Amino acid sequence: MAAPVPTACWVCAAAALLLGCCGAAVASGVQDQAEQFFRSGHTNNWAVLVCTSRFWFNYRHVANTLSVYRSVKRLGIPDSHIVLMLADDMACNPRNPKPATVFSHKNMELNVYGDDVEVDYRSYEVTVENFLRVLTGRIPPSTPRSKRLLSDDRSNILIYMTGHGGNGFLKFQDSEEITNVELADAFEQMWQKRRYNELLFIIDTCQGASMYERFYSPNIMALASSQVGEDSLSHQPDLGIGVHLMDRYTFYVLEFLEEIHPASQTNMNDLFQVCPKSLCVSTPGHRTDLFQRDPQNVLITDFFGSVRKVEITTETVSLDSDLAGFESKLPKDELATEPLKYAEQLPVAQIIHQALMSRSQQKPPREQQHSGLYGVLLLPPQLHKFSSLRNSFLPMFLFIFPLFFCAAYSFIFISCFNLLSPSSMLYVPSKGAVQTQQSLQFLKRNRTCSRG
Amino acid sequence: AASAQLQLAVPVAVVFAPGSVPGDLPRPLPFRDVQEMEISVNLRTSITSRYETVYRSTTAQEEAALNVATAQEADAALCPLQDASLGSLTVYVVPETSSVLPQGVSVYVGKHRSALVRAGGNLATLRTRLRQLTQVMSFAASSIATALSDRVPDSQLGPDARRHLKSSLGYEITFSLLNPDPKSHDVDWDIEDAVNRYVQPVLDKLSLVANFSVDSQILYYAVLGVTPRFDKETSSFILSAHSLPHVINPVEARLGSSAASLYPVLNFLLYVPERSHSPLYIQDKDGAPVSTNAFHSPRWGGIMVYNVEAPGSPQASLPLHVDVDMVRVMEVFLAQLRLLFGLSREELPPDFLLESPGNEGLADWELDRLLWAHTVENIATVSTTLTSLAQLLDKIGNIVIKDDVASEVYQAVASAQSAMAELATGHLHSAFQASKEAVTSSERAFFDPSLLHLLYFPDDQKFAIYIPLFLPMAVPILLSLAKIVREARQRKKEPTKMD
Repeated sequence: MAAPVPTACWVCAAAALLLGCCGAAVASGVQDQAEQFFRSGHTNNWAVLVCTSRFWFNYRHVANTLSVYRSVKRLGIPDSHIVLMLADDMACNPRNPKPATVFSHKNMELNVYGDDVEVDYRSYEVTVENFLRVLTGRIPPSTPRSKRLLSDDRSNILIYMTGHGGNGFLKFQDSEEITNVELADAFEQMWQKRRYNELLFIIDTCQGASMYERFYSPNIMALASSQVGEDSLSHQPDLGIGVHLMDRYTFYVLEFLEEIHPASQTNMNDLFQVCPKSLCVSTPGHRTDLFQRDPQNVLITDFFGSVRKVEITTETVSLDSDLAGFESKLPKDELATEPLKYAEQLPVAQIIHQALMSRSQQKPPREQQHSGLYGVLLLPPQLHKFSSLRNSFLPMFLFIFPLFFCAAYSFIFISCFNLLSPSSMLYVPSKGAVQTQQSLQFLKRNRTCSRG
Repeated sequence: AASAQLQLAVPVAVVFAPGSVPGDLPRPLPFRDVQEMEISVNLRTSITSRYETVYRSTTAQEEAALNVATAQEADAALCPLQDASLGSLTVYVVPETSSVLPQGVSVYVGKHRSALVRAGGNLATLRTRLRQLTQVMSFAASSIATALSDRVPDSQLGPDARRHLKSSLGYEITFSLLNPDPKSHDVDWDIEDAVNRYVQPVLDKLSLVANFSVDSQILYYAVLGVTPRFDKETSSFILSAHSLPHVINPVEARLGSSAASLYPVLNFLLYVPERSHSPLYIQDKDGAPVSTNAFHSPRWGGIMVYNVEAPGSPQASLPLHVDVDMVRVMEVFLAQLRLLFGLSREELPPDFLLESPGNEGLADWELDRLLWAHTVENIATVSTTLTSLAQLLDKIGNIVIKDDVASEVYQAVASAQSAMAELATGHLHSAFQASKEAVTSSERAFFDPSLLHLLYFPDDQKFAIYIPLFLPMAVPILLSLAKIVREARQRKKEPTKMD
């Protein structure tokens, strides 16, 4: 009985080995196929980051946007593919005790402003119209390239918006609103022209979930910091700066993104878990029904980073280096042979000379009605039809100068009054008065707001 | 998406050399034949391909041209004798025993628009070879599906399907030399001469497709995003395949090429590794070193690593002067340019032999392939754009269409119709020009700044704004009007009442 058993063993072992090898081959083949199927089909990444509120006490919205900007740049998206819209300048705001910085953590741990921030739409350029123009591409032809969203059908776009919002709208610049219907229509216009492959929409405002309720275009995934009826709360104030530095949701998203590096395999399900109700007080929400892939298979770097598809080049062209020089059959651009010169300028010296000359004459000729005091106003000779304004200058001087003198005298009077009676202070000390000593030190130390 | 029924007509001439005529021809030579095949992309889009084939025998000149020793010479001799219009094909059938084609090769595709096919004995094998040939030389179902990738459901195409450059009116090509270690290497590349000698011929041939502009730059202290690994066996540094996607990012911010123009930019980078990381080789997924030492990224461009030999003596003075061998570099860059456009020679039946196009970079039939794909793509884009513009106008009833937008739309429609008509008759050149005009007009109409939907209030918003304003005011006005009317009526009745 001993003989058949070893052969049976051998056969079993051989069969097991064969199955194991086949299994491994099949498994790796299946894994390759699975990788192929679940990978995103994008070739480039874009980001549109919008901060919609102005004024110093909305510092946290600018800090939110800049921290997302910083993460997105760190993970690889270049400035040419980021459209950054900030509605107000916090870094060089006169109320910023530490100029040229925007902090996200208290005790000034992390400066998200950095050295190479490139703001594309700033201050009053951040309007609903400009935002929709950027998204849909209906932009006037004179717009520079850095202000355009030049995405194509293989672009993954990240859109991040923050500010003050309500049920179904987001407030821009304290004067206008964008509704969720308009936003959904803009995304549909983008889809019609295939201006995106996949879109990730993140919003950090009060009642943020209402903004993504109306989306109907495919391939959109949306995250919001709070549900309808809830407020998004801010994180911590810094007593030295005097305002709240960040919103809670974006603060925890920033902490989450700091752990991500360009090669990490973290997926969207982890991003959905960021900032649970215990930390955020509001309930973050997300919407994935319009998205085709399973969020489990969507990498964070598909939207926040720029991981390119590469292929190894295996073919070459064979060139013959001995051929004589090639004469291009296409017409080359003709260089202008005529030297360029300046257009006719305003003859300033001539005008002043004429004005001084006419002062000494009794009757000035018709073209030169400017004389004396008005000579310095430089009315050009062609605009003689505006000389009727001269007659209205006199009453203006009669009113404006006295008003100005009255205002000046009253100002001097009141400030003298203040100096004489120190008890009647006209300003209220701020809560951070204890910290003003330190602030004054900062003021003396580094003021580097020379650039815009 | 809009529905589209396109007909693509390809004029094919099949010329039989003496001794190669198959026995079972349906009619005596010469005769015409039309074969139609339908490529259905989705429910509403279908492409019908018509191969209008003319079968004839060779003329005396063609016979003389085919009696040469090699296929290359035959191809060169036949070139002036054939129909050179874009989109047409000429197939010369040679006898089975002919020595013009090498052993084991049954189809030879030349540099121009002709091919030599070995006779297969009967008509059926000939037809099979002809079908394979037309799929290689003009278009196939896969290339049409790729061109119409917007309309194909995603499950049919893999994620790699849409990686070729989209049809555009112009492209910008930037050559960059990256020198991270100028202290050790003083790199000199004669890019202007290389562009004039090697790149310009290719771009001249492609000038039919789009406008190209070329620029070049040198970047110093530009480091790659990945630290290469040192491999002890080959004592060289290795960049493995899975680290390649992260190489480009830190460099891309400094390339600055995207500030130049609104056209898609193709970047070709030549990286000279630092002294401390030389020599640097790229490894593919299986661990084998790549012969070209280069890789490319779809719709972006390519990178090649150029290794400098170590100096003979360790006391050689730094920096080393390096003269870049531009021929080797341009061979790789031009191959990458072809791959970015989708002109690959990899997937071919085994008995096909393709002639290398030489300095021209691409063969005439490859240009035709590109034109077929781009024309179909342009027409599909125009129809999608105009349909979505019409839908936008339907949705917002009070949108104002300016005159120039209207004229662009009419021009787009006219050009698209003429493109489709030209495609159905087989004139590829005029069809492509018409499709380009159609795309330009439709894009200008669609992206006109005045068509922003925000600027036009829907009617319900107008009601919502004006009714709260005017209704309270209108109530006393209407009531007093009613009172006036009642009083007037009463006054009219009164004289009859009074006595």
